[in-house]
Amino acid sequence: MAESKTPIIEIKQVSKVFKLQDQTINALHDANISIRKGEFVCLIGASGCGKSTLLRIIAGFEQPTTGDALMWGSPITGPDPTRGMVFQDYALFPWLSVRDNIGFGPASRGLAKAVVKETVDKFIDLVGLGKFANAYPHQLSGGMKQRVAIARVLANDAEVVLMDEPFGALDAMTRERLQDELLDIWQRTGLTVVFVTHSIEEAIFLADRVVVMTPGPGRIESDNPLLLQRPRDVASPEFNDIRRVMSAKLHSHHGKKAA
Amino acid sequence: MALVETVPPPAAVVIEKPVGKTPWARVKPLVLALIVPALLLAFWQVATTQRWTRLIPTPYEVGEYMIDFAVGGIYDDAFSGTLLTHLIASMSRVYGGFALAALFALPLGLMIGRIPTARMVLDPFLQVMRPIPVTAWLPLSMILFGLGPRSAFALVCLGAFYPILLNTIFGVRSVDPKLFEAASMLGCQGNAQFYKVVLPAALPSIFTGLRLGLGLAWFVIVVGEMTGVPQGLGAVIMDGRTLSRTELVICGMIIIGIAGYLSDRIVVMIGNRLLAWSPTHHG
Repeated sequence: MAESKTPIIEIKQVSKVFKLQDQTINALHDANISIRKGEFVCLIGASGCGKSTLLRIIAGFEQPTTGDALMWGSPITGPDPTRGMVFQDYALFPWLSVRDNIGFGPASRGLAKAVVKETVDKFIDLVGLGKFANAYPHQLSGGMKQRVAIARVLANDAEVVLMDEPFGALDAMTRERLQDELLDIWQRTGLTVVFVTHSIEEAIFLADRVVVMTPGPGRIESDNPLLLQRPRDVASPEFNDIRRVMSAKLHSHHGKKAA
Repeated sequence: MALVETVPPPAAVVIEKPVGKTPWARVKPLVLALIVPALLLAFWQVATTQRWTRLIPTPYEVGEYMIDFAVGGIYDDAFSGTLLTHLIASMSRVYGGFALAALFALPLGLMIGRIPTARMVLDPFLQVMRPIPVTAWLPLSMILFGLGPRSAFALVCLGAFYPILLNTIFGVRSVDPKLFEAASMLGCQGNAQFYKVVLPAALPSIFTGLRLGLGLAWFVIVVGEMTGVPQGLGAVIMDGRTLSRTELVICGMIIIGIAGYLSDRIVVMIGNRLLAWSPTHHG
C-alpha cells in the first residue's frame, strides 16, 4: 500500500475549539493521524465526536486551534483542488448541468475548452451518467447527484477525496451500489480516501483503517487497521467479528459517560 | 351546457391522461379563467341597464368607444384613433423607468448584499425611504423634474426601484454557504466566486425582483402621468376624469391591465428559459 515515506496527510496534535458567545466547545482534542497515499480511511463515531471537524480541517475549511495539519509535509492553509470534498447534501451548483458541474473545477483552473470537454466526458462515463450529461441537478435522484459530486472532484485531479457521510441521505439499495462503485473507482485510480460515516458496517465494508472517535471532547479513541480480504462479504463470520469489536469500542465510551 | 358535455366519464380521463391532452383539457384553463370576467361583465350589464347608476356607461358603450379609441371612425373626437400613441407613450415611460431603476437597483443591491460596510451605510436610509409611497413623491418630483415626461419617468423609476433592490439583496445574501466551500475546494476562490457562484445563485431572486419591478412600473404609470404630460394612458384617464368621460377612463384601465399582463407574460417566458435549472421558478 505505502510507497512513499512521507504521509500524504498528517495530523499532529490537532485541537479545535469553537467559541459560541460565552460557550467554548472542544470539538477536537489532541488528534494524531497519518494517512499514506492510496489508503482508504474511515472516521467513525457518534455525533459530536469531531469526525466532521477533522475532515474539514484536512479540507482546509477550518484551521486547527493548536497543532498542525499537513499535506505532503506542508501546512494546509485553505481549501485546494488537491483535496476534493464530497458533501452529504451534494452541494452541486443547481444552475449548471451535470456536464458543467463536473467541468467546474477544470474550467476554474483555466484549462482549454477542449481539455475540459475531454476530462468531463471521461468522468461522466466513469460514474455512468452519459444519458444525463445535460440534465440539471434538480432532475436527478440522490444517488445520481452524489455520482456527479464524486465525478466533479475526480475531474479536478484531486489526490485526496474527503467524503462527509456522502451516502447518509440515500436509500439502502442505492447506498450499496455507490459503495461498490466507490471501491471500484478507488482501486482503479489509487486515490486516497478519507470517509466519514456513522455506520459501523459501512466503515468495515470500505476501509483499510477504521478510526474510531468519541465525543466530549471529540478525540480519536483508536486506529484500527483491517486485514479483511476484498471484496468483503458483510454476511461472513469474520466481518461480524470485526463489527462486534468495533461496536464495543464505540459503545464502551457511552457506558463510561453514563456511569 | 357545453361545459358538462365535453367532460369525459372519469374512467376515460384516467386512461387518456398519460396519452395526451383531451380537447377539454386544453381549453379548460381558458374557460376557468374567463368565468370571473364574464360574471363581472354580466353584473355590469345588469347594473347599467337597470339604471342602478347613471354615471357608468354600459359595456356596449365602452366597447364601442374602445373601437373608436383604437381606430376611430365612430365619434371622431379628440381621442379617436389615438390609442396607439398613448400606449407607446406609456410603454416608453414604463420600460424606460424600469430600465433606469434596474440600472441603479442591481449594482446597489449586489453591493449591499455583499459588502457589510455598504449595508451599514445604505440599508437604514433605504429602509426609511421605502415606505414613502410614490404618490407622496409627486409634488417634489414636479419641483425637481418639472411638469411633464421627465417627472413621470422619475416616478415610474422610483416605483420599480425597491422590489428590484430588495430581491437582489435577498438573493445575494441567501446563497447556500456550502456552495462557496464547494467552489473553493474546486479551485474557484476570491473574487471569481462573485461571478461563478453569487451571481448565478442570486439570479432567481433577482429575476423575481425584476418581474415585480416591472409590474409596479405599470402600477404607478397613472400617478406618473398625473404630472401634466399630454400623452399616455395615465393622461387619458386623468383627462377622462376631468371631462366626466367615464368610458374613456374605463378604456384606459382595461388597456393598462392588458398591457401589464402581456408584459408580465413575456418576462415570465424569458425567465422560464433562463432559469430552466431552477425547480422553483416556473411561472
